[in-house]
Amino acid sequence: MRMLINSPETVVADALRGMAAAHPELDVDVERRVVVRRDARDGGRVGLVSGGGSGHEPLHAGFVGYGMLSAACPGEVFTSPVPDQVLRAAAAVDSGQGVLFIVKNYTGDVLNFEMAAELAEEDGLRVERVLVDDDVAVTDSLYTAGRRGTGATLFVERIAGAAAEEGAPLERVAELARRVNAASRSFGVALGACTTPAKGSATFELPDGELELGVGIHGEPGRERRAMMPAREIAEVAVGAVLEDLAQVGPADGPVLALVNGMGATPLLELYGFHAEVARVLAERGVPVARTLVGNYVTSLDMAGCSVTLCRADGELLRLWDTPVRTAALRWGC
Amino acid sequence: MRDAEFFGRWMSAAAAAVEREADRLTELDSPIGDADHGSNLLRGFTAVRAALEAEPPAAPGAVLALAGRTLISTVGGASGPLYGTLLRRTGKELGDAAEVSDEALRKALYTGVGAVAQLGGAAPGDKTMLDALVPGVAALTTSYRAAADAAENGALATVPMQARKGRASYLGERSIGHQDPGATSSALLLGALADVAEAQDGAEAR
Repeated sequence: MRMLINSPETVVADALRGMAAAHPELDVDVERRVVVRRDARDGGRVGLVSGGGSGHEPLHAGFVGYGMLSAACPGEVFTSPVPDQVLRAAAAVDSGQGVLFIVKNYTGDVLNFEMAAELAEEDGLRVERVLVDDDVAVTDSLYTAGRRGTGATLFVERIAGAAAEEGAPLERVAELARRVNAASRSFGVALGACTTPAKGSATFELPDGELELGVGIHGEPGRERRAMMPAREIAEVAVGAVLEDLAQVGPADGPVLALVNGMGATPLLELYGFHAEVARVLAERGVPVARTLVGNYVTSLDMAGCSVTLCRADGELLRLWDTPVRTAALRWGC
Repeated sequence: MRDAEFFGRWMSAAAAAVEREADRLTELDSPIGDADHGSNLLRGFTAVRAALEAEPPAAPGAVLALAGRTLISTVGGASGPLYGTLLRRTGKELGDAAEVSDEALRKALYTGVGAVAQLGGAAPGDKTMLDALVPGVAALTTSYRAAADAAENGALATVPMQARKGRASYLGERSIGHQDPGATSSALLLGALADVAEAQDGAEAR
C-alpha cells in the first residue's frame, strides 16, 4: 500500500507540522501533541477540550477555533491521547471558568481522559466530562464496551462550543453537550477496510461485491456482512436503523440536523448521490431536516464508506448551531 | 530476595519480548482490534527501558512505579492506563523496601491485577488481559514458570471467547475464533518475569 508519508512513525507529528504551517491562528505543539486556539484564554470562556486517536481528521484538531473547541489532543493513529496531553491542553485553555472534556466512548479514551480529569482537579481546575456514544450498530451495551462515539461528536463540539463562546457557564455547556448526544444517533457502512500506517495493509478483507454494515471508525469490521447494495438501499438501512433507535428518545417533535459523513476514501460525488437517497428516505418518513452537512468530517483513514448521523434539534440547539464558527474544517457566519 | 536490579532486568526482558513479538501482537490486533497493539506497547516499553536506564531507582517498588508512570505517559489507548496501573499498583504494594521476597511480589501482583480489573471493569472470560493475568498470578504459588505457562494457556483460551470489553466487543460473535492481543502481551510480561527469576535462581544455585 502506497502512502503519502515520510515514515509510519512520524505521521502524526508530520501532520501537526502541516497544521501549524497552514493555520497560524492555532498554537500547535508538535512535540507534546496539543493544538490550542491562540485566543483560548481571552474573554473568560469555558474551555472545551477534546481528543482521540489520529486518523479521523478533520476531527478533532480541525474543529479547534472560534465557536467550537478550545484545544484538541491527537493521539497516535487510532490510539487515544495520553493523560499528559489532556492535562496540558486543559491548563492551556482554562481561564478560571472550568473545562469541559468531550470524550468519545472507547475504553482507551475514557480511561485516559478520566486520569487527566483527576490530575486536573488535583491542580485546582473545575472539570466536567461528557461521553459521546451515538453508534446504534452496537446493540448490546451490557456485553460490550457500550456504544461508540462517532458522527455526533461534531454536533456536540459545535453546539457546546457555541454556548461556551456566548459565555455560558460550565454546567450549562456540559448540560447542552449531553443533550445533543442524547438526541443523536449514527450508523456506519464500509465498502472497504482501511490501512493503518503501522500495519501497512488492510485491517480486514472485504471481498468484491460485499459490504460491511454497522462499522465503527477504527477499521474494525462491522456487525454484519452483506452483498453489495445500491446507494438507495444502503440509505434505507442506515436511516432506518438511526430512526428506529431515535424513536426510543421519545416522539419526534421537531426537525433534525443531518450529517452524511464520508469515511475517507469515498468521493464527494458518491456522498452527494448517497445524500439524495438519505434525504428521500427522511422525506418519505416525514422527518423534516433543518440543516445538512455532507462531507468528510469524522473519517477512518482511507476507509471507503459513509455514516449517517441525525440529531433531533429543538429551537435552542438550532439557534446555537447557526451561530458563527471559524475552524479549519467548519466555518460559517464569520 | 529480589532487588531493584532484578526488577530492572524484568522490565528490560519485557521490553525485549515486546520488541520480538510486536508484529505478532499487531497481527492479532487486526481482525478484532485496530492493528496497533504491538507498535503501541513497543513505544511504551522502549520508553520504560530508557527511563530506567537514565535514573535507575533504588527500590523494587520505585522501579515498577516509574515503569507504570512511563507507560501511562507514552502508550495511550486502553493498554497504557491498564498496564500502567498494573505496574504502579504492584510497585505501590511493594513499598520502598530495598529487597522484596517472592511472597511479597506475589501478593503485590495479586493486588495489581485487582486494580486492572477494577479500572477496566472486566472479569475473566471477557476476552481481555485478565484472562492471562488472573490464572498467571494464581499460579505464582507454584513457581514463576508455572505462572508464565498459566498465562500463556490463558491467552490461548481466549480464542473461543466472545469479547465483552474493549474494542473487540463491538464485533459480537465475530470476535470468536481470535486470540486476544492483550492477553497475549500479558503472557509475555509474566514470561519475562519467569526468565529473569530463573536466571537469578540458577546463578545463585551455582
